[in-house]
Amino acid sequence: MDRNEIKTKVIDIIAEQLGADSKTITESTDIANDLGADSLDIAELIIVFEENFDIDIVEEDAQNISTVGQVIDNIEKSLNKGDAE
Amino acid sequence: MSRRVVVTGYGLVTPLGCQVETVWQRMLRGESGVKRYEQFSDFRSQIVGMCNEFVPQDHFDIKDIRRLDRFTLFALAAARDAVAMARIDFSREDPFRCASIVGCGVGGLGEIEVQEDRYRNLSASKISPYTIPKIMLNAAAGNIAIAYQIHGPARGVATACASANDAMADAFRTIRCEECDVVITGGTESAVTNLGLGGFSAMRALSERNDDPEGASRPFDKDRDGFVLGEGAGILVFEDYEHAKKRGAAILGEVLGCGITTDACHITKPDSEGIFAAAAMESTLRNAHLGTGDIDYINLHGTSTILGDIAESAAIERLFSAEIKTLSTSSTKSMIGHLLGGSGGVELIVTLLALRDNVVPPTINLINQDPECHLDFTPLQPKEKPLRRAISNSFGFGGHNACILVGKGTDL
Repeated sequence: MDRNEIKTKVIDIIAEQLGADSKTITESTDIANDLGADSLDIAELIIVFEENFDIDIVEEDAQNISTVGQVIDNIEKSLNKGDAE
Repeated sequence: MSRRVVVTGYGLVTPLGCQVETVWQRMLRGESGVKRYEQFSDFRSQIVGMCNEFVPQDHFDIKDIRRLDRFTLFALAAARDAVAMARIDFSREDPFRCASIVGCGVGGLGEIEVQEDRYRNLSASKISPYTIPKIMLNAAAGNIAIAYQIHGPARGVATACASANDAMADAFRTIRCEECDVVITGGTESAVTNLGLGGFSAMRALSERNDDPEGASRPFDKDRDGFVLGEGAGILVFEDYEHAKKRGAAILGEVLGCGITTDACHITKPDSEGIFAAAAMESTLRNAHLGTGDIDYINLHGTSTILGDIAESAAIERLFSAEIKTLSTSSTKSMIGHLLGGSGGVELIVTLLALRDNVVPPTINLINQDPECHLDFTPLQPKEKPLRRAISNSFGFGGHNACILVGKGTDL
């Protein structure tokens, strides 16, 4: 899965979960500040990303996610790690 | 002179619809909201009263639907109608003098099932962070407070099937003792789930008249075989009379008194003679400074269980022995099933509508009255008659007995 495919899927999931318009979401969108997500929404998003991409996002990485771009980086990293194993 | 408490708004979510007037007309026609559902085909009882006309997407955005359990959505939707009817603008009120006190018997049972499945089928880390805020019994009260930015007390009240009446009694006292001026109150429940249906079924508390869903809830009929599980909410706005008058609100009824007792004999079986249920009604009359002759109608707990109906009838027959020929009673549960913690809220609204229109709603399916029950249960057809005041009864597992006495809004 290339970065663009990941990006599209991530934005769709965020829009669906938070009831936001996917067209307004970019890599620099801050999930908490721009989309109004609280800590519970973000914790739930992590679980939904894990399920949709079949990955495990490590706790330290999950704590540091604030923008959509960081989510995509994280998922890309997790997927590549999976390929290497 | 203590403060007077009035009702200035109400809203419903029930198996017979979500608009107050529609539900009321359907009840006067004796319609039933009980149906048989294929999804429960491996349960002993397969018949329930579900709120099929409630479409969450019509009322809430996707984020709320994800974060709130069905019982909270019911309560919020009913509260919106109640607040709109009361024409109250909470931004103009002292937020510390407004409260949200809402009954709920079991909380987010459906969500508990979903998350337990996720734990078993996926892993511990896949349990949703929304789980606890969704399932907690006080979620309805807390979310109503958030919706209207009110900062007085917000609490969930849990006394099983008496939860709503207990909550409304609490609301009544909160206004009477001058702690608050406005309280959003009532009850809500959404326990039509595998655990809810299976649990009550295992107790042999539910009707198994699966081939006749609409005839299954038949309080005081000799062929009754248990209650029908239902879901829904009834939310009301209680308000200090002077406060309501000052802002020109329409008065829909007056709350005149409440009384609460506990059987303290068995956790689920009611006292067979209804001694403590009668004591609750008696205490309610005392609280309102009224006598049995002042009551024209009792909206019964009347669940359609063998023991419960006999005990309630016995209690009323003793207490109202002088009025037994003139007193009207009926069971709303014959039409919508038993909404557990939501029932008292819905039934108080029904009681207020009965007073408003001077008509007693019927107990449907009451064809052969149990020879052990001797009241006028208003079988099959509504009855028009002048109604001055009424009591609404709710009794719950745990031995809870809670009654509310209301009068007409026009008497003020």
